[in-house]
Formats: sequence, C-alpha cells, structure tokens
Amino acid sequence: MINKTVSNVQEALKGVADGMTFMLGGFGLCGIPENAIAELVRLGIKDITCISNNAGVDDFGLGLLLQKHQIKKMISSYVGENDEFERQMLSGELEVELTPQGTLAEKCRAAQAGFPAFYTPAGYGTEVAKGKETREFDGKMYVLEPAFKADFSFVKAWKGDEAGNLIFKGTARNFNPCMCGAAKITVAEVEELLPAGSLDPNQVHIPGIFVQRIFQGEKFEKRIEQRTVRTKK
Amino acid sequence: MLDKNGIAKRIAREVKDGYYVNLGIGIPTLVANFVRDDISVEFQSENGVLGMGPFPFEGDEDADIINAGKQTITTLPGASFFDSALSFGMIRGKHVDLTILGAMEVAENGDIANWKIPGKMVKGMGGAMDLVASAENIIVAMMHTNRAGESKLLKRCTLPLTGVGCVKKIVTNLAVLEVTSEGFKLLERAPGVTVDDIVNATEGKLIVEKEIPEMKI
Repeated sequence: MINKTVSNVQEALKGVADGMTFMLGGFGLCGIPENAIAELVRLGIKDITCISNNAGVDDFGLGLLLQKHQIKKMISSYVGENDEFERQMLSGELEVELTPQGTLAEKCRAAQAGFPAFYTPAGYGTEVAKGKETREFDGKMYVLEPAFKADFSFVKAWKGDEAGNLIFKGTARNFNPCMCGAAKITVAEVEELLPAGSLDPNQVHIPGIFVQRIFQGEKFEKRIEQRTVRTKK
Repeated sequence: MLDKNGIAKRIAREVKDGYYVNLGIGIPTLVANFVRDDISVEFQSENGVLGMGPFPFEGDEDADIINAGKQTITTLPGASFFDSALSFGMIRGKHVDLTILGAMEVAENGDIANWKIPGKMVKGMGGAMDLVASAENIIVAMMHTNRAGESKLLKRCTLPLTGVGCVKKIVTNLAVLEVTSEGFKLLERAPGVTVDDIVNATEGKLIVEKEIPEMKI
C-alpha cells in the first residue's frame, strides 16, 4: 500500500503559489472542498485561476476567495447567486470564461484520461465556439475542446482510505471524480479517513492512483443553498 | 390562457411511459407534478442523479442530495448517483429521451437563446448548451411574449444563442407549436385563446392549417 495521507490541510496544500491554476470540485455548495478553500484564503495567494462549475455564494465557497480578490480568472458554467462575482466581472477586475457544463466536466476528464482534446456538439453555432476548430461527423457539427491543464485539483469525498481510494455521497459526487488525477497534484479532503483495508474495493469510486494527498477535513459546514421541503400531511 | 402550472400540465402529456426526462429550472420543474402516475418515468438532474423524487419532508433534507437548481430533493426506489462527466455522457449520448427547458427566445428555424442578455444578465449556460446540442426531443416551456408584450417566437433570435436548429416543440401560455422547416406550425390553442390572438403574439412565420383544436389538459 502506498500511503497518501498527510496530517492536515497545511501539509496538503504545500506548494500552492501565486498565479497557479486550480480545479475545485462541487456543484453549487454541494461537495465543495471547504477545508482547502479556507486554507487558500488563509495563505492569501493571489492571481489564481479557478476551474469550478460555480463560484460559490457571497460568503461561502469560492465567494470567500473572491471577497479577498485572490482570483484572477474563473472558468465555470454557471455563476449566478453571487453579487460580488457579478460586480467584479462587470467592472473587469475578474476574467470569466463560461463553458458549457458537460464540456467543463469532459475537459477535466480528458486531462485525467490522457486525451489532449475532444469534439463535442455543445456550443456549436454559439459564441462559445468562436475561434475554435469545428468538424463534421455523420452530418452533425462538433467543436474541438482542449483538455484542461491545472497545477492542483482540490476534491471532497465522503470516505477515503490511506491509499487515497475515495467514495462519494449523493450528488456531492458531481465534478469531484472527474478532477481526480486531472491536475499535477490531486488533494482529497474526506469526512472520514479510514485505514487501508476498511473500504470494500468493489465500492471504491476513485482509485488512489489518481490522488497524491489525502487528509481528514477538520470541519464540514455543508451549507444548503436552497432548502426546499414539503410538509407532512 | 394558461398559467405556469397549466403549461407544465400540458407538457406532462408529452411524457411517455419508459421515458428518462431532464427538466430545466422554472416551469419545466413543475412538469414532474403532473405526470400520470400509471406510467414509469425517471427524472434526470444533470448534477448527477437519476430517479429524482419530491422535496424531502422538513427535517429530512440532506445537503449532499440536491437537484440542478440546488434545491434539496429525495430519490425514489431505483435511483442512482453519478459524476458530472457520466451525467453529460447520458445527455450527449442521447440516452435521455426528453429534455424540457425554458427559453428567452426561439426562432422559426429552431434556434434557442436562454443564457445571456449582453450587459444585463450573464449567469452562464450551465448545462443548457450540452442539452440542446444533443437531445433529439426538446420541448420549450415559456410564455408566448415577454414582460414588455413582445413576441418570444421570432424570425431570428436577437440574443446570444444557446443552440442552433434544435427546438422541436414549444408549449406557451397561448399555444402548442411545432418547429418545422417552414416555420412555427400551430397545433393547439390554449383554452379561451383565438387563432388571431396567437397570430398577433407571434413574430416568426406561423403556419395555420384548417381548424386548430383547443388543448386538452
């Protein structure tokens, strides 16, 4: 067994620096690497590019990094729900590259799986395809999209073991598995870090080969963005 | 004239037994409330769940189980969770039978715009571009006109496009229309709405053949 555990978030984020590109898992506030984000805020590194489906809300998730003006560029599919984001984008302080959600996921997966680029029908004929190579296959048009290149991937899983094997829960899975092994270094924070041998290999979602560092997250707030309920009759 | 629930009710009749369906945010989400309970249908949410159920009872909500609108949800027996790449594999690979989404504009050639108003609203396309580029069966749910009373069924879209030539059917508060190579073909009128009302509210080419029946809801 190759042990991937590090003792805390400080050790897990060793090597992060100004100007780097990071992938961050999560959909809305669901399944985001809360501990890594808090540490990035504490470290105060600047001019970072973030690849993440959303940009958090004003006071949580990536919104915390936006507040401190640490982000130079965001690559996302949907950025509503964040006033500070909108303000920085409209004033030109923040560079934003909007990417169709499936393309965003596949650009991560392509980096993980060793594909330099792929063709997708998404965005053909729209401003997303501007300046990109297009090609026809079987009478339908496709856009060539390159894989992402990133320095670190920060992902959040439910359970993990010392070998870096990961299991996700519910829709907190989202982009996290696609980002594992898609950057030079993948850092996984887990709610429960277990000894090797504790996870059933049949149930592992992401094998430890895609993870360089794993740590037990100190705290998970798991904030709900839209609490919707029905009442018992 | 229909309200939002009326539009959702009419669209629910397009949902057939055995369908996997992706519902967009807004009116499309309401469709789930009106699908007949004697047919088997599974709802997909692109953030990674198939077999979506109703909202949880108070106290049962789980931060780790949400839909694409970031609302807390439940799952039904037979449900599954998956990652975003696999989710869009289902969509791009045409495994999802029906996509229902909202729009700001639809053109008579099937173009759709629903993600950006330059200088005003730039929230992003989310999964809409992937959905419209791949789905074989796309129904748009929207009001026939905007708040200023201007038609949303146009000759050409004026807003940045989400997809080209992809919309097949539109259900509005006034009518059900099919997008054909000739233009918008009027199929049904909403209760209490005349053909003239629809003609006046449609900027794009409208094809009216013979008698237009009133919708059954």
